[in-house]
Amino acid sequence: MTTSSVHRSDLLDVEAVSKDFPILARTVRGGNKLVYLDSGATSQKPNQVLDAERGFYTRCNAAVHRGAHLLAEEATDAYEGARLTIANFLGATPRELVFTKNATEAINLVSYAFSNATAKSGHGRSLPDGAERFILAPGDEIVVTQMEHHANLVPWQEVCDKTGAVLRWLTVDDEGRLDLDDPEHGLNAVITERTRVVALTHQSNVLGTITPVERIAATAHAVGALVVLDSCQSVPHMPVDVQSLGVDFVAFSGHKMLGPSGIGVLWGRYELLESMPPFLSGGSMIETVHIDSSTFAAPPQRFEAGVPMAAQAIGLGAAVDYLNALRSQDGSLHGMDAVVAHEHALTSYALERLSDINGVRIVGPTQAVQRGSAVSFVVDGIHAHDVGQVLDEMGVEVRVGHHCAWPLHRRFGVAATTRATFYIYNGPDDVDSLAEAIVAAQKFFKVV
Amino acid sequence: MDLESLYQEIILDHYKNPRGRGLRDPFDAEVHHVNPTCGDEITLRVRLDGDRVADVSYDGQGCSISQASASVLFEQLTDHGVTDDLETADAFLALMQGRGQVEPDEDVLGDAVAFAGVAKYPARVKCALLSWMAWKDAVAQAAAGQAHEENS
Repeated sequence: MTTSSVHRSDLLDVEAVSKDFPILARTVRGGNKLVYLDSGATSQKPNQVLDAERGFYTRCNAAVHRGAHLLAEEATDAYEGARLTIANFLGATPRELVFTKNATEAINLVSYAFSNATAKSGHGRSLPDGAERFILAPGDEIVVTQMEHHANLVPWQEVCDKTGAVLRWLTVDDEGRLDLDDPEHGLNAVITERTRVVALTHQSNVLGTITPVERIAATAHAVGALVVLDSCQSVPHMPVDVQSLGVDFVAFSGHKMLGPSGIGVLWGRYELLESMPPFLSGGSMIETVHIDSSTFAAPPQRFEAGVPMAAQAIGLGAAVDYLNALRSQDGSLHGMDAVVAHEHALTSYALERLSDINGVRIVGPTQAVQRGSAVSFVVDGIHAHDVGQVLDEMGVEVRVGHHCAWPLHRRFGVAATTRATFYIYNGPDDVDSLAEAIVAAQKFFKVV
Repeated sequence: MDLESLYQEIILDHYKNPRGRGLRDPFDAEVHHVNPTCGDEITLRVRLDGDRVADVSYDGQGCSISQASASVLFEQLTDHGVTDDLETADAFLALMQGRGQVEPDEDVLGDAVAFAGVAKYPARVKCALLSWMAWKDAVAQAAAGQAHEENS
């Protein structure tokens, strides 16, 4: 087996990294080594993250932002410390960062700002200064793309249903890139004076395509629209500076970037967060409460109702510390620069290995250019579920199905694909295992 | 590998050579069921003749398990009494939801016993059940339609 085409100097020390992840030492399905290629769905967690969560519970567990005792003080400091760590990681300031349950909730927080502002204004109720940017009228338009995960599509369909706004979308070409220059479906045709929101992914969870965010954001801002970026597949895998992207909101999940489940992040430009009505309401998010009305806290507290998930936020802070501390094997790259180089080398190698197998068709860009590490494919004559079953039997764990991007699969005329996603603990040998397992599936189902 | 116990020859044969596939007229009820986690889908028609299931016809797309199971269903549930067929369908449901602990009865299930191995893979049980749940739905609708006609 040749792995000569892998740029080894770009790789992380996978053996050393793997030692931090206890789950990677277990075996599966009859003693097979676990080859985990489903980090796009959720990543595994290093000891450092697990220890941080446990440390919070064993040392300073208390409800944050309440109470005046020592534990409450320490718990609040740890929670806000995590916010600062994550803000620094994104080139943001802590007050622009809202903790949510996951990325889906973060996107809903923004989508509900629109439907809530529209509903309140319809009844003449009070809204924060600047909230008119969130009030929609019938005929206003919301633009998404054909490659969105359901999490960045269905919430906008819901907003349209509640406000009378109209959903439009940018289409995807055969290679899996956004068709921005198409005269009928391109940027200038779809984003118009009627556009109020442009919601798009930074990196497709199916195709791996990295979208030209800056260009789309500039077009959207030229017509006064707000830009919401789904960064679930970008923040864990590449350096992301929220200021330089030129967008208004960024949403991502902690569990896809070594953090615990139950923690997500919404970054928003502060003047926008300030002008948004609340999403979930109740304790913690108020300023004053009377029996018939309330006023609300400033962001980010306005959007963090109830006792927050402190241990998970601290775990995510530890995950960010872990990512920042990574080094490429030759020591030349640090942190997310090392992560992106590692994944790029693996993606190039995976695309090459899979393209060499007869009867395997990659859905998405076949060259590792403006592309992340999600590699989806169809195997001629074998349904994705059956491919996944054979892979699983050999210890190779991938995702099968439509990956919560059903319209995109329809666009490519396939009901389901098999998807491998790579992360910091995967090496070239995992790509080899994947390729060998695909060939084994072809033999089992007698399609070659 | 356990793959052979999951993908028994009977299943692969029904997958590659589906029996009774294609939608046919006349029919008393038509249903469309999907598996939302993977996008597999089936359209299934049932034709009743009194208390007999006169025909089951279907079309759809999906994995080997879901497609073979529709083909086996066609063989097992066509041209029998509705009551017997409902018993067969319930036995199949019990087998699939039995996590590998239910001993299948070949006299009741016929070729459908081949799906016993699927019950050990919880993620695939829905694939095997897709057409059978569609069939139950269609039979219920067809029977309700018949009762309505008799009353009117």
